[in-house]
Amino acid sequence: MRFVSLFQFRLAVLNVMALAFLALTTSAVRAVDIQTIVSDKGIKALLVEDYTVPLIALSFSFKGGSTQDAKGYEGTAQLLTTMLDEGAGDIPSQKLQEILEDNGMSYSFNSGFDRFSGSIKTLKTSADEAFKLTALMINKPRFDAEPIERMKAAQFNRLKAQETNPQAIASKAWNEAVFQKHPYARPSQGTFETLKTLDGKALEDYRKRVFARDNLVVGVVGAINPDELKAVLDKVFGDLPEKAQLSPVPEATFESGEDIHIEFATPQTNIRVAMPGIKRDDPDFYTAYLVNYVLGGGSFSSRLYSEVREKRGLAYGVYSYLGTYDSAGIVGAGTATRNERTKQTLDVILAEIARMAKEGPTPEELEKAKKYIIGSYAIANLDTSSKIAGVLVAIQEANLGIDYIDKRADYIRAVTIEDAKRVAAKLLSAKPTVITVGQKGS
Amino acid sequence: MLSTKVAVSALFLTTAAFLAPQTFSAFASETAKEQETLKFGPKVTSFELDNGLQVVVIPDRRAPVVTHMVWYKVGSADEPPGKSGIAHYLEHLMFKGTKTTKNGEFSAKVAEIGGQENAFTSTDYTGYFQRITPEVLEEMMRLEADRMENLVLTNEIILPERDVVQEERNARTENNPGSLLREAMSAALYQNHHYGIPIIGWEHEVNALDKDDAIAFYDKFYTPNNAILVVAGDVEPDRVKELAIKTYGKVKRRAEPGERMRPSEPPPRAARRLSMSDHRVRTPSFQRQYLVPSYRLAEKGEAEALEVLSEIFGGSTTSRMYRELVVKQKLASSAGGWYQGGSYDMTEFGVYGSPRNGKTLDDVEAAADAVIAELLKNGVTEKEVKRATKKLINSAIFSQDSQATLARIYGGSLAIGSTIEQIESWPQRIGAVTVDDVNKAARKFLKLKRSVTGHLLPGPRETAKEG
Repeated sequence: MRFVSLFQFRLAVLNVMALAFLALTTSAVRAVDIQTIVSDKGIKALLVEDYTVPLIALSFSFKGGSTQDAKGYEGTAQLLTTMLDEGAGDIPSQKLQEILEDNGMSYSFNSGFDRFSGSIKTLKTSADEAFKLTALMINKPRFDAEPIERMKAAQFNRLKAQETNPQAIASKAWNEAVFQKHPYARPSQGTFETLKTLDGKALEDYRKRVFARDNLVVGVVGAINPDELKAVLDKVFGDLPEKAQLSPVPEATFESGEDIHIEFATPQTNIRVAMPGIKRDDPDFYTAYLVNYVLGGGSFSSRLYSEVREKRGLAYGVYSYLGTYDSAGIVGAGTATRNERTKQTLDVILAEIARMAKEGPTPEELEKAKKYIIGSYAIANLDTSSKIAGVLVAIQEANLGIDYIDKRADYIRAVTIEDAKRVAAKLLSAKPTVITVGQKGS
Repeated sequence: MLSTKVAVSALFLTTAAFLAPQTFSAFASETAKEQETLKFGPKVTSFELDNGLQVVVIPDRRAPVVTHMVWYKVGSADEPPGKSGIAHYLEHLMFKGTKTTKNGEFSAKVAEIGGQENAFTSTDYTGYFQRITPEVLEEMMRLEADRMENLVLTNEIILPERDVVQEERNARTENNPGSLLREAMSAALYQNHHYGIPIIGWEHEVNALDKDDAIAFYDKFYTPNNAILVVAGDVEPDRVKELAIKTYGKVKRRAEPGERMRPSEPPPRAARRLSMSDHRVRTPSFQRQYLVPSYRLAEKGEAEALEVLSEIFGGSTTSRMYRELVVKQKLASSAGGWYQGGSYDMTEFGVYGSPRNGKTLDDVEAAADAVIAELLKNGVTEKEVKRATKKLINSAIFSQDSQATLARIYGGSLAIGSTIEQIESWPQRIGAVTVDDVNKAARKFLKLKRSVTGHLLPGPRETAKEG
């Protein structure tokens, strides 16, 4: 319980990394029996039936996310994630919380740059009621004044806490430096200013524009058959508007090369590095993914891990990643080290990036990366219903096709060492933007 | 924001031993909560090898994945005085190679098939795991058995790792005033027990740890008769038995750690209060921890009652703390409570709250005290107990969906003295908790003299290191 905050602390940094990871996880090794289900009202879902455990996991996402926050109302989508269970239909906030708790379902709503998403997990025995409640939360949230004020008060405190959290400071600076005037640079968590203006009208306006059928994808896993699922899909999503009204999001352009230092009195400096990357639909995506694995994506075996942590003891964690968004691609890297070792650590990271740009991975490194990335799929993603449901959603979001799971290993195997060298050079030759948050000198 | 699951997985790919200290305590409390599992879940097999290694097999055939874990019944609370952090440092060093395996070779084998691995240290246990495909299980068992007795350390390899541990401490604690206060509160709550010493160790003591310290600790506690092997996933129990005999069965009994006798707590007599201000604090917070018994030490039904009490008192948005402080009185932006029953010795019942903008910490603490006073005076209701027990039992059913969670529940519980029977009967025991049980437990343990209260406040930079 008390360490929940530790996870949140870490999550603040790794949002983007997680996105990259999700993009990867949509490829697979094991044949999973996926059915395409279309309900009477035309709602489509991918389904994996499995009766081993008496559970049903349903995940969904609407294209939208924080980019659809109205101007001056930044933080709407984020606030909405906390408001769907605070009263719906005729049921006020506290009563709804009790009903949800008594039902025993678990649920969460999340918002990223590009999508508003949700996950439901219910026991088979109480599934009817669970989906009825889900339908109510999605279609008829109340947005009463009391819970809105309460959620805003909690968000206010989170924003305050972020002011002195070195990782949050670095993330904010990173977003601003990388995305500049692009909608991704807008404060998706809201600001003290927008928290004043955000109200039920803003939430309902957002919900009406974004919660629709043409921007929806659904993945379901567990003890439910196709006919039962059709009924659930119609009940939960069937009455949403046919078309979402989304503001277009332009492509982001990023010219890296800035050096940004934010002075902050704390013992350990956070280091972030950013360069332009590629998007998920780029033909070089798999190659880039392999190159990144060798550089800093691989667990205990990446070059950054070996040079920064293993050989020199400079940091506890060090990573690089591909940030793939609908409208941007970024290569990022980061770590944290005691203030007096900041320069040394940064020099090592930049040297490794430059070496990878110049030489690419070795054939042995590339082979190892391929093995890891092919093999890791089932281990990382197929062992729980919720994870598989998440994969079914991700496959649809990235338009990978229902046979993608079978084909993915071939895409990875097809990458050659020449490809890897070419893409490493293309990807990692720009002068990176460097952000440091900590204490200089001392 | 993204789901925790995805982000955490991504994180673990790049940071070794990340599950280590703090996270683990969180899991210990879940452990107890999710022990329901067995009633609905797979049939667990258990046996012991001749050298004393306990083996538990949990079948889950849904995906070609196996979770292989070894738990040692040793944690930071077993460290010799002056050597704080050695349990956790040794955990890091266990990746550095053996007589026949080079530094990093084991990890390379895991990565080769796309596997995941990590390790963690708590006050009471230390665990190592790989998540792999079934065909490499034998090799993982061979390598894990190998490092149970053949660890080789050289200064060249272990000194940079000590710096890594210090950076881990910087990231978790030194950079985070909330963690600094928690360290101070634990030190005040435990007047004699080593639970008052941080798992990661005090910085000055960690700086002095060396090879001999690590090997001495290893030789004393890393032995099959002090370990539990848990294999969960796509594998037959008979196959696990065959492989276990072939691999772990060859490891000799290296030591006799004996019964775990740590310095125990005297009766608490004085309420303790701590206040810490730090320039990095923007939102103040209030915390209190009461010294209470764990599942192992509690009288019959008492820990289960504390578990239910913590749900009613502060476990969710329908709890008394949240409703009173956050919804009704609009004093706090967050408020709640918790019980961490999964501990070998005494443990904690916690209360926390953070004021809304414009309200004070004293307002929040006074309101929390009033919630506690009311609860002690009038007791909980039948309806509250029903809701809480149902919720706890449901959470256990959900845990069946994850072999990794099941493996951690079994390994973690057995490592702190539970039996498989106790794990299996947890839901029935929770279901049997009555209003009277909860009221009795609350009245027995929620006494200020058993507690330490901490205030975290914005302020000047007084926690900076001196010198």
